[in-house]
Amino acid sequence: MLIWIPLLPFIGFLILNFGARRLPQKAIGVMASLAMLAAFGVSVAAVRALALLPPESRDVTQTLFTWIGSADFQVPLGLRLDPLSALMILVVTGIGFLIHVYSTSYMVEEESHEYARYFAYLNLFAAFMLLLVLGDSLIVMFVGWEGVGLCSYLLIGFWYQNGFAADAGKKAFIVNRIGDVAFILGVLLAFSSFGTVNFKELNAAIAPLAIEPGFGVVSAIALLLFIGATGKSAQIPLYVWLPDAMEGPTPVSALIHAATMVTAGVYLIGRNAVLFAHAPDVLVIVAVIGTATALWAGAIGMVQNDIKRVLAYSTVSQLGYMFMAMGVGAYSAGLFHLFTHAFFKALLFLGAGSVIHALAGEQDLRRMGGLRRQLPVTYWTFLIGALAIAGVPLLSGFFSKDEILYRTFASGNTVLWFVGALTSLMTAFYMFRLVFLAFHGARRFEARGHLHDAPLSMAIPLVVLAVGSVIAGYLNVPAALHGTAFLEHFLEPSLAVPVMAGAHAASGDHRVELMLMFVSSLLAVLGIGIAAFLYLKRPDVPGAVAARLSGAYHFLVNKGYVDELYDTGIVQPLKRFSEHVLWPADARIVDGAVNGTGTMVIETGAAVRSMQTGSMRAYAVSVLLGVVLIVGYYLWT
Amino acid sequence: MAELNHYLILSGVLFTIGTAGVLVRRNLITVLLSLEVMLNAVNLTFIAFGHFLGSADGQVIVFFVITVAAAEAAVGLALVISLFRHLETLNPDAFRQLRG
Repeated sequence: MLIWIPLLPFIGFLILNFGARRLPQKAIGVMASLAMLAAFGVSVAAVRALALLPPESRDVTQTLFTWIGSADFQVPLGLRLDPLSALMILVVTGIGFLIHVYSTSYMVEEESHEYARYFAYLNLFAAFMLLLVLGDSLIVMFVGWEGVGLCSYLLIGFWYQNGFAADAGKKAFIVNRIGDVAFILGVLLAFSSFGTVNFKELNAAIAPLAIEPGFGVVSAIALLLFIGATGKSAQIPLYVWLPDAMEGPTPVSALIHAATMVTAGVYLIGRNAVLFAHAPDVLVIVAVIGTATALWAGAIGMVQNDIKRVLAYSTVSQLGYMFMAMGVGAYSAGLFHLFTHAFFKALLFLGAGSVIHALAGEQDLRRMGGLRRQLPVTYWTFLIGALAIAGVPLLSGFFSKDEILYRTFASGNTVLWFVGALTSLMTAFYMFRLVFLAFHGARRFEARGHLHDAPLSMAIPLVVLAVGSVIAGYLNVPAALHGTAFLEHFLEPSLAVPVMAGAHAASGDHRVELMLMFVSSLLAVLGIGIAAFLYLKRPDVPGAVAARLSGAYHFLVNKGYVDELYDTGIVQPLKRFSEHVLWPADARIVDGAVNGTGTMVIETGAAVRSMQTGSMRAYAVSVLLGVVLIVGYYLWT
Repeated sequence: MAELNHYLILSGVLFTIGTAGVLVRRNLITVLLSLEVMLNAVNLTFIAFGHFLGSADGQVIVFFVITVAAAEAAVGLALVISLFRHLETLNPDAFRQLRG
């Protein structure tokens, strides 16, 4: 039954891509959405069946056929449903379906064949994403991994006539390639060291090993896989593609670049929890990179003026949080944040899309303002999303973020905790800066006709996601708040790892946890307060502050000049290297060898053509001489 | 009593005559005839060896050679006729169109 989950969207893709370009828009949208709904239904049924099993046997593998069979190297195409992949398929199909429904209205101005192309790619993306999370080996996962990368490229560059979109697509694809090289190297190293690429067998092979004290082969595999994750999940140093990916249609940003694909790196670490747990050095790297990314992206997000770019940096920052959690060994906390983040970030992107839609394509926060009255549905749902991501108590983001911060603190990484807490202050600030600039205050644009709020097919996904953003957190209420930490226990069999010393040391005492919750709630409220003061009460202050700190301000507005740094430090030298070294080498050595072979044959032919006299007698003589020589040779030796 | 060597010498002489004919004659039909002489020189060797070794294999092979030689003669003569129609000569030195 598992195969139907990725297969249904794939069938949708086939029909839309090859058969349905002439259908009316309604039919296309309905077909694409139905494919996702069906996949969601199958997923729910599968997860229900899984949940009915006793916890220790919640691990179902369906092997379809042997895909690669070569002596020791056997890769069956297998799908595996366990608590971890169950969580992921529900997120992918559920939120994916809502975003499909939303897209039916959002993309309505596209021509019919473009509309079909859009939904075909979207369905293909869902199919690959589901293959990624269901794959039972690194190789099958890699297929999904590359597939979602392809769809990301196709959808970022959907409006390819616009040069920026085409460039952004290429950038995303190329930056991801860098990570993917490391990923595939990690897979090969895993195979050569342990003789398998199957997750379960890999875990079984690694589990009995001692935790690596230094940097050995397990650490090398873990590090390579993590570098792969930094590409797909937009972490330092490979995060630069994600903000540019906002050139794509907004629902694409919501689905691919917020809720699902970019979390694949976090999933990868969760899936290989045992491997990473045996490489403590790499976990430190993961935690530090994650925290640094969270802080850096949060800082940039505070000063961006494009509504989607703020959300993009926010996504990078929240992904940093997830990696921080993974790095301190709090796998379930990281995955919990992945789950709640999928709701509120999808909601925020769709809300932003609704604003952009209403303003006919305007994305600059400086030319918005006062939209609260005209777009009530968008406003209220967006507000809920913003409250959730800011970490306001009792909403989903609060539970997951606190879980991460508490686990980080409890594992003894006080510095990381401090940076994380600072980032959560920034999060609250930049989200509410966005809310106040877009929805409150005076209008800073000329209304072009009547502003229309989200139509029904856009409003329903917004409302459903808003409800999700509120209640998703209750899946994992910590024991400190008299909850049962359901998700954590549900995920336990998938993450069966040696318990980290710090993570559970303080579990008997809830006072620290409650205090940390209080601190972060305070930070959230403080962040919102600062934003309210700066952008509601005294709108003149932000400009003054920016002028005062113009050096720092320009540094952040220009995204820390990282793109420029990469351009001068890597891209241009590489281009020059290609131009001055590789190109001549190609022209002389490679082409030279090819042309040389041809020339040699021609010259030899020209030299020996005189032997072909055309005289029958001469041929007969040479045959005779040849026979005499050969026979003579045998007679004389 | 004839010995094996006598047959072999005769065969060698016949083969040499045939070869010389192929190489020096200026008429294609004579060349073909010379070829037949060469073939039959070889046949003689087979028969001689077969006889002196007490084996029938030599004779069997000769039957094959005769059969193939008949076919060869048919094809060869057909070619000769065709060549003559084109160039009105049978001098092998005239057929040099395939010179490289």
